[in-house]
Amino acid sequence: MVEVRPTNTGPGRVLLSVYGLFAVAATSRAAVQLATKFHEAPVAYLLSAVAAVIYVIATVAFAQSTPTSRRVALVACSIELAGVLVVGTLSLLDPDLFPDETVWSGYGSGYGYVPLVLPVLGLLWLRRTKP
Amino acid sequence: MVDGLAVALIIAALIVGVWCGITALRNKPTGDPHLYGIAVVEVLLLVQVAIVIVQLAHGDRPAEFATFLAYLILVPFVLPIGFLLSLIERTRWGSVILGIAALTLAVLVLRLQDLWGTVGG
Repeated sequence: MVEVRPTNTGPGRVLLSVYGLFAVAATSRAAVQLATKFHEAPVAYLLSAVAAVIYVIATVAFAQSTPTSRRVALVACSIELAGVLVVGTLSLLDPDLFPDETVWSGYGSGYGYVPLVLPVLGLLWLRRTKP
Repeated sequence: MVDGLAVALIIAALIVGVWCGITALRNKPTGDPHLYGIAVVEVLLLVQVAIVIVQLAHGDRPAEFATFLAYLILVPFVLPIGFLLSLIERTRWGSVILGIAALTLAVLVLRLQDLWGTVGG
């Protein structure tokens, strides 16, 4: 059996906690936005919901720490990094695209740039714990 | 919402956050003193939440009411969950987690105060 170094202890538990925090924060935010004012900025709010789903998936994947969950975490972190870079750039170039803030607007500036740093730390952690 | 109490809460949470950071730098897990520290913050927080609930019952309505309510419901769980995780992770990383929880609480209280600022003003 291949030995897998756990992704969910030590520094990994810190990463997991922050992912969990963002999963809860993004999910609640998306729920409020979709429920109360979806028509105002459908693109931004759907994006919030997508971001929320990715944070939830990443949280669960890091918590599981199996070979499969590592792959899931890798995909989730990659999508997240691409998302924050693309949305961040678009929101600066064309603010009209996102009339209301999303987690990823301005590279996550509304959340202390944590959304930008988090996927990078996630990818580094996956490399560090490589079996 | 009582502004003075909110400011005291934010300062207390920041102190606990820095304290946990120092504990982590000293390569220690959280201990009983941390529990007492967050207990003080949590009591202040629950008093603030209770006051807000009474004010809401009297008809005060902050901006973005739904968001405000979501914050209000989630905010009391931040420190207990952080402390629980620091009990599971008995290394310096547990201290880091509790520190992050305390800083998160400070931000959330600031955010609550921000939304509340529009009441009657």
